[in-house]
Amino acid sequence: MEFSDRATHSDRAKPIGAVMVVGGGIGGMQASLDLAESGFYVYLVDHSPTIGGVMSQLDKTFPTNDCAMCIMSPKLVDSGRHRNIRVITNAEVKEILGPPGSFEATIIRRPRYIRADKCTGCGECAKHCPVTAIDSYNEGMSRRAAVYLRYPQAIPKIFLIDREACIGCGLCERVCLAGAVDYGDRESEEKISVGSVILAPGFEVFDAKRRPEFGYGVFPNVITSIELERILSATGPHRSHLLRPSDGAIPERIAFIQCVGSRDAKCGNDYCSSVCCMYAVKEAIIAKEHVPFVKPTIFNMDIRAYGKGFDAYYERAKADYDVRFIKSMVSKVREKQGSGNLLVAYLNEEGKASEEEFDLVVLSLGMTTSKSVRDTAARLGVKLNRFGFCETETFTPLATSREGIYVCGAFQSPKDIPETVAQASGAAAAAAEMIASARGTLTTKKEYPPEDEVKPEEEARIGVFICHCGINIGGVVNVPAVKEYARTLPNVVHADENLYTCSQDTQEKIKNAVKEHGLNRVIVASCSPRTHEPMFRETIREAGLNKFLFEMANIRDQCSWVHMRRKAEATEKAKLLVRMAVANARLNRSLSETEVPVVQRGLVIGGGVAGMTAALRLAEQGFEVFLVEKEDRLGGNLLNLHYTIEGGDVQAFLRDLIDRVSHSSIHILLNSLVVDFSGVRGNFTTGVTTAPAMVHQKIQHGITILATGAEEEKPDGYLYGEDARVLTQLELEDRLYKGDWGQISNLSPEVVMIQCVGSRNEKHPSCSRTCCATAVKNALKLKKLNPAMNIRILYRDVRTYGFLETYYAQARREGIIFVRYDPEESPEVKKEGETLMISFEDKILKERMTLRPDLIVLSSASIPRENKELANLLKVPRTAEGFFLEAHMKLRPVDFASDGIYVAGSGHAPKLISESISQAYAAVARACTILSKENLLVGGIVAVVEGERCAACLTCVRVCPYEVPVVNVKGEAEIDIIKCKGCGTCAAECPARAIDLMHFTTGQLEAKVGALVGG
Amino acid sequence: MRLSYPGNVKVVKVPCTGRVDVLLILRAFESGVDGVYLAGCLEGECHFLRGNLRARRRVEYVKGLLEEVGLGGNRVEMFNMSASQGQRFAQFAQEMTERIRLLGPSPVKKGE
Repeated sequence: MEFSDRATHSDRAKPIGAVMVVGGGIGGMQASLDLAESGFYVYLVDHSPTIGGVMSQLDKTFPTNDCAMCIMSPKLVDSGRHRNIRVITNAEVKEILGPPGSFEATIIRRPRYIRADKCTGCGECAKHCPVTAIDSYNEGMSRRAAVYLRYPQAIPKIFLIDREACIGCGLCERVCLAGAVDYGDRESEEKISVGSVILAPGFEVFDAKRRPEFGYGVFPNVITSIELERILSATGPHRSHLLRPSDGAIPERIAFIQCVGSRDAKCGNDYCSSVCCMYAVKEAIIAKEHVPFVKPTIFNMDIRAYGKGFDAYYERAKADYDVRFIKSMVSKVREKQGSGNLLVAYLNEEGKASEEEFDLVVLSLGMTTSKSVRDTAARLGVKLNRFGFCETETFTPLATSREGIYVCGAFQSPKDIPETVAQASGAAAAAAEMIASARGTLTTKKEYPPEDEVKPEEEARIGVFICHCGINIGGVVNVPAVKEYARTLPNVVHADENLYTCSQDTQEKIKNAVKEHGLNRVIVASCSPRTHEPMFRETIREAGLNKFLFEMANIRDQCSWVHMRRKAEATEKAKLLVRMAVANARLNRSLSETEVPVVQRGLVIGGGVAGMTAALRLAEQGFEVFLVEKEDRLGGNLLNLHYTIEGGDVQAFLRDLIDRVSHSSIHILLNSLVVDFSGVRGNFTTGVTTAPAMVHQKIQHGITILATGAEEEKPDGYLYGEDARVLTQLELEDRLYKGDWGQISNLSPEVVMIQCVGSRNEKHPSCSRTCCATAVKNALKLKKLNPAMNIRILYRDVRTYGFLETYYAQARREGIIFVRYDPEESPEVKKEGETLMISFEDKILKERMTLRPDLIVLSSASIPRENKELANLLKVPRTAEGFFLEAHMKLRPVDFASDGIYVAGSGHAPKLISESISQAYAAVARACTILSKENLLVGGIVAVVEGERCAACLTCVRVCPYEVPVVNVKGEAEIDIIKCKGCGTCAAECPARAIDLMHFTTGQLEAKVGALVGG
Repeated sequence: MRLSYPGNVKVVKVPCTGRVDVLLILRAFESGVDGVYLAGCLEGECHFLRGNLRARRRVEYVKGLLEEVGLGGNRVEMFNMSASQGQRFAQFAQEMTERIRLLGPSPVKKGE
């Protein structure tokens, strides 16, 4: 690197407590929020005029079918309003100079022609603009004005002028009351000082025109997957109506062609894009939900449903949605004269050339990097791999080739949203570690306006804000009618409707309404409080109201979404839900919260790669850590592995990691078990017993990371355990390493590997994710030892996602034979005398093959290590298969619903080593959002005792699941607000009704129930 | 998942079914609803350890009371489901609605 020694020396001592995050998609936003919440100032730089990235264009997300915008918008708003994040849009990074810890970055901001400090986002300019330009947000399928906002929820909500389309008529300047239009705006440069950098520039979809045989750009009814995403979206060109381009007809027969621009050596993209199988399944399901008579067909080579819950989704698509899957690659698409319909040519499963007619063809485009991203990488001196993605190493998946610059998301390798989010948190941890000593030096603390006192006896003045949620609500519920109805309800002094109540400008609108109408209660009738309540509470707090004076009515999830086809009824129900909310809100009271100190120490349970990495990274950020391992040594599953598919030496890595974990801030407790657990985020107490002396100790800590891992299941059947020639992949790897081959004397030995043993079946519906790559890895190793070896891999779908695909291609080149089998026709293994026999259907030869293999290797399922008791102790949920269940599949991949507890590694779902490392870093970043704070707020929704009514009957003491209530010296029950979790069991059982649960008081619940019937 | 279920089901949010007391269920009937059911976590998986078990006992108790006064114990029910079981939620909503339809409107009317 080209910086001077002097600078390195002096600046290393004093790093800069700020980070630049390049790219404001879901990954960039997550990294920014984690950093800003852990004491670092963030510059979030995006080349687009708004943050949000590709996720902002998506309709739904797999495998939960959550609306992408709905789950993302709180992050958009949080990033936009966080006082320690500065969002710089429409900008590029020109260069980064200086040493790690003390970089100087130069940012070029392209002109916007609208002044950010003056634009209110009102949209008057766009209304008057006479120009119609192509709307890239809708992938060119709709038009917009030359002065525009990329999408309605955009952050920042500042318009810009598309100078290529602008005719310079000056209308917008004349109508802009804020005086924000500035035609003389110029490109400007700015230098910022940061300690570390995260690259999260995301991906660009493959250019479909590079595969001319599919006719994209020639036949109007051949569209891309991202175009279909927009078509299905409520904010899309046809407001979610599924119409095809040529004639606006509803397409009945839809063909999806997979791997367009992926797994394709001809166009240089011989990697798998990892997400297309799942998004195609999702788009097929959603299309079917929109139009029940749609018949989707997905042409594919393999369905790569390798993530958590993906296989169940894929099975549902087949069973419940009649999605047809054809294992074949399409060779050509041509248009049928006159109809606009398309003829899709492919080899059917019998190997015969066939042609089928479709109304619409969707090309499932792969992920690539854009030229501007590759150019930026070159300017910054960051190495790319041969596909143009950021180069990283197996054991350092977050580090780029330049020290102090980290990477996450699709730029590192093609990946889906949850993996991007996890990796983004991981990159945040890596970036923070670099500058940990500067924590808190550049951030400022939020100062709220003083809270207006709202006395209980004061008359309630309620404001009701009703959301259209695009057409999510407004397309079903008559929102204006609900608004008019709300105005008639007691104590409602203001009611209004919004297209998106969650957008940043609406927050301002709410705050203004609080002032203007003297509101002392606010109700938002929109979506789920689970995702949006924190944001709205923050809004009213900023308006000077206590956050508990806020109430939500869920007229989307509980109304418009579930009563879609009964509009009148849905409107009536929405009114009723608003009425219930009003009845409740009238009785809402200001509740105070108290600051309690955080125990700035971590507990990590599990000493495998994820646990050790998490412990080490916490320690390197300056926190004391307890690392609890139940075995007598560290290492977990890594102890059984010797090499990675890329050729990495696992044992050398493990030795080094164990070495580093003997850190002055890490207390390692081997042979130890967690036996009890109590407390809340910021202050947990865990009891740990250590064998053999069974020493018991209580550990106080502020956060907990669960990294208990997974293990290879001992297979059932295939003569495993009965014949020494049948082994698992792990056992094979051990033999490969030791060179212990026993009795194989055959010169060209016959080896058969069977995939999905114990996975993707009824007992264990999920894919075990890593076994395809493991089989390829071991097969290549065997081939290397003896090129004459005949190796067959019997598989259901080869799931070598991302760059793993290159090893699959290599395996085929080296003569390893892949044979697909159906689960109904599993291979049969038997013994005749001493001869081991395996028979299976060969689909290409269309006959049953019988071989006499020297070795059968079973790719056995990855199952979670014993974690049930631990889950019960910590009260964290597990999936049906026993893996830990995170708070939200998409956007909270390492959090549990209980604050302060995180998950990392294979205990969450099967993972590669590099993925476990990323996730461990991620858990650390999330943990640091708590550990970096000295105090946290507690109280609020807790049980309170009215001492005079208490008869000291001890009912509450008996029923409280957390043993919180005690009878004090006055002979009255007393409840510690720090310990109370607010379940309300005591309030429900107290015979004297001396206990009430704040915010869910008996009075409120009765009022709400009372409002349910009549008026 | 947006699974459709009958619109006459209205949700009253509580932190835990353990918060729902006997009186609240009776108040609901008093104000004129035709049926009440509690949707709690799966048994053994209560977010607050055992609130759902307490709730079940209370529901059983209310069933007895309703039976006694001639309203029919079937008008109240306890269901268990996890947050990921949207299908189960819709199914119970359907089931309960059909059950109450067969029983007809509650004879208790507000103010009578």
